[in-house]
Amino acid sequence: MRVVFLIPTPLRPFAEGRSRLDLEVAGGPLSLGDALAALGKAAPGVRDRVLTERGEVRPHVNVFVGTESCRWTGGLATPIADGAEITILPAISGGAR
Amino acid sequence: MSTVRILIGTTKGVFFLRSSAARKAWQLEGPYLPGRAIYSLAHDGRGERPRVWAGAASMHWGAVMVSSDDWGQSWDEPQEANLKFPAESGLELKQIWQIAPGRDDEPGTLYCGVEPAALFRSTDGGKSWDVVRGLLDHPHRERWQPGGGGLCLHTIVRDPANADRMWIAISSGGVYRTEDGGRSWAARNKGIRAEFMPDKYPEFGQCVHKMAQHPSRPGRLFAQNHWGLYRSDDAGDSWKDIAHGVPSDFGFAMTAHPHDADTVYIIPIESDTVRMAPERKLRVYRTRNAGRSWEPLTRGLPQRNVYDIVLRDGLATDSLDPAGVYFGTRNGKVYASNDSGRSWRLAIDGLPSITCVRAAVVADRPAARAVTPRRPARRAKAPRPKPRQAARR
Repeated sequence: MRVVFLIPTPLRPFAEGRSRLDLEVAGGPLSLGDALAALGKAAPGVRDRVLTERGEVRPHVNVFVGTESCRWTGGLATPIADGAEITILPAISGGAR
Repeated sequence: MSTVRILIGTTKGVFFLRSSAARKAWQLEGPYLPGRAIYSLAHDGRGERPRVWAGAASMHWGAVMVSSDDWGQSWDEPQEANLKFPAESGLELKQIWQIAPGRDDEPGTLYCGVEPAALFRSTDGGKSWDVVRGLLDHPHRERWQPGGGGLCLHTIVRDPANADRMWIAISSGGVYRTEDGGRSWAARNKGIRAEFMPDKYPEFGQCVHKMAQHPSRPGRLFAQNHWGLYRSDDAGDSWKDIAHGVPSDFGFAMTAHPHDADTVYIIPIESDTVRMAPERKLRVYRTRNAGRSWEPLTRGLPQRNVYDIVLRDGLATDSLDPAGVYFGTRNGKVYASNDSGRSWRLAIDGLPSITCVRAAVVADRPAARAVTPRRPARRAKAPRPKPRQAARR
């Protein structure tokens, strides 16, 4: 299966400068966790900035599958369709700073 | 000739103030790592080039240890997060609170203290880091409680005469000492009061905010506690109250004089609930007799309407004689003294909230000298802001 990660500007130095990563992921059906594991092999620096060492999405990072945040679709268990676009974005935060 | 830099960590990046050895006029450099919270900085002068280490935390992307060999013009940032807890610990790195280069005879060794409270060690110059298991697996861990800054290991004190001995401090866990290079750790808090506990003198659980030590007397320690000011003459086995003549024994910052083992500086704060300068006067307190008495240092510091405070790593000295003493405030001011604290000048105002201050004295390099090649790396480069001129005051 093919998945596409859209990489935000601050993380592009960890993806060889690329704004999107097209990945072929073996097997299926896929979950978001599977897709992020594949991302971890292709761009471990991106993975470590999206996920904590416990493998959870960082609290101020949003991961969208299509246009829906994974927080509302099952988290890392969110199903991924062939050709899905997965968008990584920094969340709105920082009002106390 | 030498150049002096004040290293300043803020909630929104790193700044340097640069001066000649006279330390009268300061040039501002930065911000570097803009937008990232820098709770720890260290200057490591042991290698061929001075290296600056920074614990850089992004609100979004987490915390990572980065370094610069060219005073912030470029930063080596690892691809993968370089400080990771073992998966089975169930812990996640939140903040890097302290960076401590190892002894001179172990040039590849670095330590860092983090939140949640743990100690990491590198023996390859920071390329890789391992958590110190003896402390990670300590049976007291489950009963340590986070202070207002989180459950942080914020102080690392080495013993220059004994490679196996080290002290660390945790808020709130107290002081711990190892005698076997980190394999085991014993609480060393006898005599330190825990005002917030029913048992005022527990074995552990104290909220020690900072410790100081002069390397010529490694077994004598000073501690600024969350309420309480202490000295130990027996390597932490016992502590004595030395809060004689200070306006408040609550505070965070504490540092030792670089040359005089009896001289220590603190900056008291009015209570843990008010947290403003006592009597609204900005005063550094200095003891020159190991805590038997303290004197306020006020010349050049504002003595009215001061609501500002200094955090635990916001006070530092340089290695020159007379010593430079520097501190940075929550409200973004840096004050500098070039005469061991006798007088002060405002070096810069208007920085983001200051979390840590360090000082480095670096001998100027002859112009023709070859430059050591930069480390190769699969690492990201941070942007290069232009330096700007700080006000002469």
